[in-house]
Amino acid sequence: MTSSAPAVRSPQLAVRARAVAGRAAAILVLAVGAVWLAVNLFHAPTQFFQSAVYGLRNGVLYALIALGYTLVYGIIELINFAHGDLFMLGTLFSAFTLTGLGLTVSSPKGWLGFVLVLVLAMIFCASINVTIEFLAYRRLRRAPKLAPLITAVGMSFILQFVGLRWNGSTPRLWPSVLPAGHFQIGGVNIDYNILVVITVTAGLLALMTWIVTSTRTGKAMRATAQDQDAARLMGINVNRIISFTFAMGGALAGAAGILYQQTVGTTRYNAGFQLGLIAFTAAVLGGIGNLAGAVLGGVLIGVIQGLNDGLPYAFGQEWSQSVVFAILIMLMVFKPTGLLGQNIGEKV
Amino acid sequence: MTSSNGQPLLALDDVHVYYGNIAAVKGLTMTVMPGEIVTLIGSNGAGKSTTLRTISGLLRPRQGHVTFEGKRIDRTAADEIVRRGIAQSPEGRRIFPRMTVSENLDLGAFLRKDRDRIAADRERVLELFPRLRERITQKAGTMSGGEQQMLAVARALMAKPKLLLLDEPSMGLAPVLVDLIFETISTIREGGTTVLLVEQNALAALRVADRAYVLESGLLNLEGSARELARDPEVVRAYLGG
Ligand SMILES: Nc1ncnc2c1ncn2[C@@H]1O[C@H](COP(=O)(O)OP(=O)(O)O)[C@@H](O)[C@H]1O
Ligand SMILES: [Mg+2]
Repeated sequence: MTSSAPAVRSPQLAVRARAVAGRAAAILVLAVGAVWLAVNLFHAPTQFFQSAVYGLRNGVLYALIALGYTLVYGIIELINFAHGDLFMLGTLFSAFTLTGLGLTVSSPKGWLGFVLVLVLAMIFCASINVTIEFLAYRRLRRAPKLAPLITAVGMSFILQFVGLRWNGSTPRLWPSVLPAGHFQIGGVNIDYNILVVITVTAGLLALMTWIVTSTRTGKAMRATAQDQDAARLMGINVNRIISFTFAMGGALAGAAGILYQQTVGTTRYNAGFQLGLIAFTAAVLGGIGNLAGAVLGGVLIGVIQGLNDGLPYAFGQEWSQSVVFAILIMLMVFKPTGLLGQNIGEKV
Repeated sequence: MTSSNGQPLLALDDVHVYYGNIAAVKGLTMTVMPGEIVTLIGSNGAGKSTTLRTISGLLRPRQGHVTFEGKRIDRTAADEIVRRGIAQSPEGRRIFPRMTVSENLDLGAFLRKDRDRIAADRERVLELFPRLRERITQKAGTMSGGEQQMLAVARALMAKPKLLLLDEPSMGLAPVLVDLIFETISTIREGGTTVLLVEQNALAALRVADRAYVLESGLLNLEGSARELARDPEVVRAYLGG
């Protein structure tokens, strides 16, 4: 900092000015967002909370799918483009299995069937994900990054094709075995099935957190994510750990599949494209590779989408996707590592 | 310890290792007897780390055999090699930066089931490196280079190996720490662990070792007792700066 030449702006000053401008712009964006929420909350409080509840339901489903992207990225730095389509196969599996078992109405038997098929769908998607890794990605682990990436895109098409043959080209509507109806809190309707979605997700997140932080396998996962060769030198079977990680991501996609199919009620062969993209965005928003970030990103996107779709003063549903990506782009400008970027928290 | 009779703990027989089409090790034959400290010295790029990575199963030799306790291990998976009793403190430390010192030590004992012995060994390595005890809950990546090096050696010891491979444990350390590391290597051997030490610091390595191999561009150049090699004019000129 040269005080002798005050007329010349030093490079440091320019950098600092830019940082201040960036901070100011970020604060402005947040302030506009806050005002928007406040205005809506004030004008239509019931509608506000109602939209938030539906947003939350979608948000936790995004979170479950986002975890699959972030788990795999955390351990082998691959964006698994086929992951959204795996979720889609999960929706089909649950729809066809439940209906195939004759479970089409909400009854104690139906609820039991739901739990059974939840477990089966998780096993189903976990197995597919492990198989995909074994057949398609494992051989390319030391290849240039682009090779497995293109393979993942190819896998996505293959799974979509399977979905097309299985589901047919048009959306299908399915009965739900979850309790219909709702209860009210202060004028806000809370569907019973939203409670199911949130309970199941919370349970799975707790289980996953316990596995990653407290078990021997979880420790091996974290070691493998940080340094594969060093992990091998500890006696960790890295191939097994990577398979396990794909199994875990797949299981969460399977759970998201049945929860989506049972609450939204439809299946489409290309459902994985849109939801996968949003979930991937959620993972990036939270900081790719960071588990808590994926959940945070998913819930945030879900709630923001819900509010945008349901509030009186908002862009409305046809702008839903644009709003999500506008937020992503703005965040990436201000904080390229995502909300909980690499340094904070635990990567895998 | 020049026991020329008896079975070697580790033997490499005409080992060739490639990176793609480039040969890094071109026909290395060497042995390590139980209880020995053997050092593998040579200038930068000679193929020392490649040799250790091959012994640990991170690389596969294109030709030749590696045997440990009389059994071939050159097609054995890296984790199984650790289970058989070979641990390595790799070049560049390679500690897990986002884990605590304590978690790093736990991972060193990843394959072991003998809980009481693990606790005892943990106590032993923390006595060897008291600095690590002070940092036990610190994230390993935030420690100084010297501390990370101690952790890398301590972590390898937690596997309770029969054979410990050390790849340049003195690299980038302050002279006091270098002395400490070499003292520790003697202590480790007295505890019954055989050591294969890779070093660029040839002088210190030859002082602590029983026997030495000199590697040059992937080929064995010289071998012999450490004492003799330390006086060999060629070694003195090339590696000891004499
Ligand atoms: N990952 C790698 N890919 C290609 N070549 C390598 C790789 N690692 C080492 N090499 C080459 O192999 C030779 C031996 O390397 P290295 O075993 O690391 O030597 P040293 O440990 O004796 O310094 C060097 O010529 C080096 O450039
Ligand atoms: Mg080296």
